Amino acid sequence: MAAIEIKNLWKEYGDQVVLERLNAKVEEGEFVTIVGASGCGKTTFLKMMLGTEQASRGQLLLDGEPIAAEPDETRGIVFQRYSVLPHLSALRNVMLAGELSANRWLGLAFGARRRALRDEAREMLESVGLSQALDKYPHELSGGMQQRLALAQTLIKRPRILLLDEPFGALDPGIRRDMHKLVLDLWQKQNLTVFMITHDLAEGFYLGTRLWVFDKERLDPQDPGRYGARVTYDLPVGNSDKGTLQSISHSVDSTARALA
Amino acid sequence: MKKLINREPGRVGKWALGLLPFVLLAICYLVASDARLEANPNDKLLPAMSSFVDAIDRMAFEPSKRTGEYQLWVDTVASLKRLALGVLISASIGLVFGIATGTIPYLRAGFSPLITGLSLVPPMAILPVLFIIFGLGELAKVMLIIIGITPFIIRDMQQRAEEIPAEQVIKMQTLGANTWQIVLRLVWPQVMPRLLSAVRLSLGSAWLFLIAAEAIAATEGLGYRIFLVRRYLAMDTILPYVVWITFLAFIIDFTLARYSRWRYPWFHGAQ
Ligand SMILES: Nc1ncnc2c1ncn2[C@@H]1O[C@H](COP(=O)(O)OP(=O)(O)OP(=O)(O)O)[C@@H](O)[C@H]1O
Ligand SMILES: [Mg+2]
Repeated sequence: MAAIEIKNLWKEYGDQVVLERLNAKVEEGEFVTIVGASGCGKTTFLKMMLGTEQASRGQLLLDGEPIAAEPDETRGIVFQRYSVLPHLSALRNVMLAGELSANRWLGLAFGARRRALRDEAREMLESVGLSQALDKYPHELSGGMQQRLALAQTLIKRPRILLLDEPFGALDPGIRRDMHKLVLDLWQKQNLTVFMITHDLAEGFYLGTRLWVFDKERLDPQDPGRYGARVTYDLPVGNSDKGTLQSISHSVDSTARALA
Repeated sequence: MKKLINREPGRVGKWALGLLPFVLLAICYLVASDARLEANPNDKLLPAMSSFVDAIDRMAFEPSKRTGEYQLWVDTVASLKRLALGVLISASIGLVFGIATGTIPYLRAGFSPLITGLSLVPPMAILPVLFIIFGLGELAKVMLIIIGITPFIIRDMQQRAEEIPAEQVIKMQTLGANTWQIVLRLVWPQVMPRLLSAVRLSLGSAWLFLIAAEAIAATEGLGYRIFLVRRYLAMDTILPYVVWITFLAFIIDFTLARYSRWRYPWFHGAQ
């Protein structure tokens, strides 16, 4: 049985159909990269996976059960920004998950437990290259460092599913490449199932194991909200050719123009 | 030459410019006071510097003939106690209710209309009610401060709690936090520096309510003294008291600001 099953999923806001007839199965450990025109519903899909938005029709199943309708420990997320807590130092941000599970009421750990959490957090921060910034607050870190911190904070909890909504969109291409390596690395180590939205089609084409293109099959130029986006391409990454990339790129661009 | 909007005074210039209005005001006062005293040596409206020195000496450094106490200090201690008590209680209520209504939609639905309604009641209008219920003792005066500033603090705290980015509330849940832990580890620490700003903002009103309550019913206190000596047109006592109150207000504000910067560097750094 697939870990995640999407069965005829629809999402509508009022009259506007954002997503329609989504069907897919995702196995444990897959790395799905999602691309698509701006405004076509990628974030909306991620929010349904996260549990902050509910499907209008259809089902989203995790292990055969409807996925929890509120965020919980099974699904970790890194947003484009505001992912880390500004009032905690880098180390405390990473220790947070452990502290929360150590004490139901205080959300704090003490003594040996605390020391263990701190060592673990240090190691995690080291693996994302932040060992120099343990005691810094997020506002003292650069954008790239904040996102690495957010990854460390999320992954120390060992979620089953990792959701990434353009987490590196605001970073330079060079740093972005480093971050991708980091994510791939952590993904392999932890056997995560990853859904990652990116704006860069070429990037989506080489990252991960599977590429989804969200696009509107039917497009009414007078009323773009009449039909929703679907997964128009579902490709295993690595064995696709240049021609496919160009044809996807062309169709996504024309949708983007219609939505703009 | 740069445009005016892009030019900034240096360190010395800043101090000099800041002091200039004070110096000018002092000179104006001295000139006016001199002119009036020359016309009528018994004039009470603008006393000379020497009368101020006498009055300050009498109030602060000599025991009162009637009670044997140093009046300025007795008044100061009495007023500061009431102010501190009133502000502390208001801040605590504001913090608890603000976080509760700002974080939990059910509590917001239940309490928000009530708090909005209460905040519209003019506190001075219910001062007689307070005197009737709590008598003329300390409690009524402290209650006036509490009633005067608590609604503002609650509403401010509620707003700050609501302003916490949804991403962070979601983040806490994905890290396994329950509602109580979200309050304790996310909302509370993040609204604390904002509570300090709210307290600083409401201190002006707190003084207003304190002095008003003392003017009406008290046996000591800074506000009581000012209104008492007003009967004798004792400007030589009133003005030093006003300056002293202003100075106390400044010190309290300054201390809170410094404390906030020291205790919550992440808050001030991120702004
Ligand atoms: N809460 C909401 N209420 C109404 N409409 C919404 C809401 N959230 C999103 N939408 C609409 O749904 C559509 C899809 O939005 P979504 O944020 O999922 O796009 P996206 O693919 O993530 O775009 P981008 O690449 O720019 O982030 C948009 O047209 C948006 O206006
Ligand atoms: Mg988006």
